[in-house]
Amino acid sequence: MSLLNITNLSLSINGTKILQDVSLSINTGEIVAVTGESGSGKSLTALATMGLLPEGSQTTGTITFEDQNLLTTSEADLCRIRGKYIGMVFQEPMTALNPVQTVGAQVAETILIHGAMSKSDAIAHATDVLTRVGLPQDRYPLSRYPHELSGGQRQRVVIAMAIALRPKLLIADEPTTALDVTTQAQILDLLKDLAHDYDMGLLMITHDLAVVANMADKIVVMRLGEVVEQGETKSLLTNMQHDYTKMLFAASGHQVNLPDFRASDVLLNVKNVVRDYTTPRKTVFGSKGVFRALNGISFDIKRGERLGLVGESGCGKSTLTRAIMGLEGVQGGEITLDGAPVFTGRKPNLAVRRKMQVVFQDPFGSFNPRQKVVRLITEPFHLLETPPTHEERQRLINQTLTAVGLDPSDADKYIHQFSGGQRQRIAIARALIIQPDLIVFDEAVSALDVSVRAQILDLLADLSAKYNLTYLFISHDLNVVRTITDRVLVMQHGEIVEQGETEQVFTAPNHPYTQELIAAAPVLPDLQQMKG
Amino acid sequence: MIRYTLKRFLSLCISLAVASLLIFFVIEIAPGDPASFMLGINAQPDTVAALRAELGLDVPKFERYLAWAQGMLTGDFGMSYTYRTPVSQMVADRLWVSLPLALFALALSTLIALPAGIYAAARRGKTGDVAVMSATQLGVAIPNFWFAMMLVLIFAIKLRWFAGGGFAGWNKGLGAVIWSLTLPAISLALPQAAILARVMRSALLDVMNEDFMRTARAKGLTTTQTLWKHGLRNALIPVLTIIGLQFSFLLAGGIIIEQVFYLPGLGRLVFQAISARDLIVVESVVMLLVFAVIVVNFAVDLAYAAVDPRLRART
Amino acid sequence: MNRNLIIGLILSTLAILAALLSFIWTPFDHVAMNIPAKLQTPNLTHWFGTDHFGRDIFSMIMVGARTSIAVAFVAVGIGMGLGIPLGLWAAARKGSYVDELIMRANDLIFAFPSLVIAILITAIFGAGAVNAIIAIGIFNIPVFARVVRGAAMPIWEREFILAARVAGKNAARISVEHILPNVLNLLIVQATIQFSLGILAEAALSYVGLGAQPPTPSWGRMLADAQTLVSIAPHLALIPGFAIIITVMGLNLMGDGLRDYLNPRTRVART
Repeated sequence: MSLLNITNLSLSINGTKILQDVSLSINTGEIVAVTGESGSGKSLTALATMGLLPEGSQTTGTITFEDQNLLTTSEADLCRIRGKYIGMVFQEPMTALNPVQTVGAQVAETILIHGAMSKSDAIAHATDVLTRVGLPQDRYPLSRYPHELSGGQRQRVVIAMAIALRPKLLIADEPTTALDVTTQAQILDLLKDLAHDYDMGLLMITHDLAVVANMADKIVVMRLGEVVEQGETKSLLTNMQHDYTKMLFAASGHQVNLPDFRASDVLLNVKNVVRDYTTPRKTVFGSKGVFRALNGISFDIKRGERLGLVGESGCGKSTLTRAIMGLEGVQGGEITLDGAPVFTGRKPNLAVRRKMQVVFQDPFGSFNPRQKVVRLITEPFHLLETPPTHEERQRLINQTLTAVGLDPSDADKYIHQFSGGQRQRIAIARALIIQPDLIVFDEAVSALDVSVRAQILDLLADLSAKYNLTYLFISHDLNVVRTITDRVLVMQHGEIVEQGETEQVFTAPNHPYTQELIAAAPVLPDLQQMKG
Repeated sequence: MIRYTLKRFLSLCISLAVASLLIFFVIEIAPGDPASFMLGINAQPDTVAALRAELGLDVPKFERYLAWAQGMLTGDFGMSYTYRTPVSQMVADRLWVSLPLALFALALSTLIALPAGIYAAARRGKTGDVAVMSATQLGVAIPNFWFAMMLVLIFAIKLRWFAGGGFAGWNKGLGAVIWSLTLPAISLALPQAAILARVMRSALLDVMNEDFMRTARAKGLTTTQTLWKHGLRNALIPVLTIIGLQFSFLLAGGIIIEQVFYLPGLGRLVFQAISARDLIVVESVVMLLVFAVIVVNFAVDLAYAAVDPRLRART
Repeated sequence: MNRNLIIGLILSTLAILAALLSFIWTPFDHVAMNIPAKLQTPNLTHWFGTDHFGRDIFSMIMVGARTSIAVAFVAVGIGMGLGIPLGLWAAARKGSYVDELIMRANDLIFAFPSLVIAILITAIFGAGAVNAIIAIGIFNIPVFARVVRGAAMPIWEREFILAARVAGKNAARISVEHILPNVLNLLIVQATIQFSLGILAEAALSYVGLGAQPPTPSWGRMLADAQTLVSIAPHLALIPGFAIIITVMGLNLMGDGLRDYLNPRTRVART
């Protein structure tokens, strides 16, 4: 008898079909991972189990939890089940906690709402639970507010709330997607330990196959609201039946064919760069603090070189991008492109600016929604002394759109008519159209599904071969950086702690931080080894 | 928290200083000399000069400003040009009508609006919500002085439950004062309550979409519990802002409502003073209104910090 | 198109048409007195009745619409004309002394509600429609400045602004090319709301004698005149009141309707 049994679950929201005949089951103490790309319906499967579907939802099938069909259970009874027998952890720890309540009160609330203990016992128990998830009382008092904690710490609080009453089933919806790789590893370990210690069933929702492969007992692969394949982790991975599963696995570990880099002259020179930010006074008459975001950064990019930059959030990556693009000045050192300084005070030096372009992370935020593609991709023409006109302009637009795998007719469309991957192609077109010497990719593939990400990486490799691109590829994803760059910099706390040939750094990291990063990054299992 | 309070207090002082400068000098550029206005067009130049000296109008402007501002700080608003009585006394008498009226109206507006807004948000899209929203749509469109006339027509003239106007006076006791301020307060409060109810509703609806509301539901809280325990406090910030703004509207709106009900408040005083060119009275009343608004905004800023721990921490 | 928008459009068009028509035609001369015909209740000759001087109320309402709409319209124009550039400027220089100065000045104006500004202006220059416009208009400036700044700041954080900066565009150009088109919806909605508030404010100012002066008819002064007669001729107060309510409600409904109509998210949800 399974703890949770979902049979033939179908869901439609306001008439739109979302889920179709989804079936899966979880036993006590078992970790089941549901994986798939965006739009697969994996998160809504989890919300259906919690009885927290949005308004206008209609369901058929059954979700049986310990002999009880949750789909027909009354709301009042569901409230008694949620939090006590089924706990849930959400994706976004930054917003999952009430900002105006202390963390202690929020953890204790789970206990109090179910009338499990007296108020003082509940607080004592909340202390124990928080200690269990790695937030001991002496360092993280209950009186802390969410904004005083980091993302990883907040996720621990959310986990503490979910497990305070030792539920039989814990649902975790992308619990580590918003976290840094080292924090992710810690949270995954915590979840695994808790499932084991408390003998809980754990339903993990994640898009990351590497995470799945390393911790799940069973894997369920979903696509467009349907389960395409499921089974025990090892047998499923070693004997993938469905094409989609195979494609997903291949895309997750996708390697590109980067053309060889031939040694050449220095294009961008960053020398001893220091960037300080002032922070507000701590006390009434105290002096303003200084936060050093970049501390003595030095490196070169040679013409035709593909340089990677890895580091976790807050390490100074974005600050460095802005400094290189000449958008902000620096307090020390200098950045030169072809020997000319990139930052020239308030009035930008267009001669330098036109040699650089950037591609950003968010395929939804990086375009003005009110302009057509033609206007969007020609924005950098502003940098040219004599912008191309008429036929020349049209030729460049057509050529660039074709180069990034789009159709020239796409020029007259608005951005909302494109998918995330297509938008990233448009972003690349915007960067390419003035043929800059250097392109900065700022987390440019991080928001994409794995299959789309693989295509964009291939596109970059193609373009590198065609145009001999020079780029700086900034990412938190080590696996991507490994395949798309020649050389890599590792950044921590505003400093470059290690740099070298990409393959060299990844196979034999010198600095302890690099070693930690590489160890923490989830990797896909070697299928040959698994079979053998 | 101390830093936050000090910073707000400093900005309060600067606002008051700038506002007083503005009011004083704007009034100073007004055409028409109070002394010659008081004495009529046939007055002798030396009589006018004597009166100017007596009123203190012959001193340079900036010195007069300093004297005026200093007097304000100590509660001495100067002498009325026309009545020759201390302005502070005149204003204080009127304030005992206007201030209770504004507070009464604020209390009414808040007591009606918050429950109505919460109710509408909780029943979003259902009949109750539609009814409340339609009522507020009407409420925000009704001019308060017209509403006041209608109340007089119905409750004073036709039903004779209330007096059609006038003020009972504090010597008649609190009950009589409240009774005579009831119709004015209702006519001031209802249109404001309509606005506040809409703000309360939309603030709650915004909060309902927040992730932490879903987290609370996952803990086992019912929708109602989630709304009260997590939604309300987070929704309070925009609501506080509007309550603060409304106080100034109620004080100023009171000036008009006083005309409908023949109440001897600041409004009557200021209109009499304008027609008599008793500029020092106008100055003082305007300054007092502005002072009240600035102080209330300061209180609202402090209330934000009490509601939201992030504000306490940041500055 | 949603229901609010349609009803709002019909009601506001009604008021605007009445105002425009009054330039070429009114049933009677709105200033012509006819004492024998005074205080008539609505009838076939005088559709809305007559006042204590026997003037035709229907004609006065039509001409009064002109005053109300003109005052509110110009006041909104002043507010937008000054408030939008200031708001854009403050957002572009967020956190700088320019931003601080603009926002503090805004706070200061907020401390003078429009009625208080009107009192001040009246005390200096005397009462009149122009001064009413200025009083309401000044108060509209910080409203628009705040709305624009508040809406512009999150847009400045978006990546397409960074892309525009990378393309070498300066803050002024970005404000016009990228920020303004993206806050326009919000401004249209705010403008309808301020328009309706302007009509209410104009009525209040005229009521206390600080607005348009006789013989220019205005809804607010019609109410003031009606006050002493309300017990014997309630229609004198009811009709101008309804005129105000219908116009203001029409504008508000239009604002709400536009907000839903222009917001792509709610529009998608509706279909």
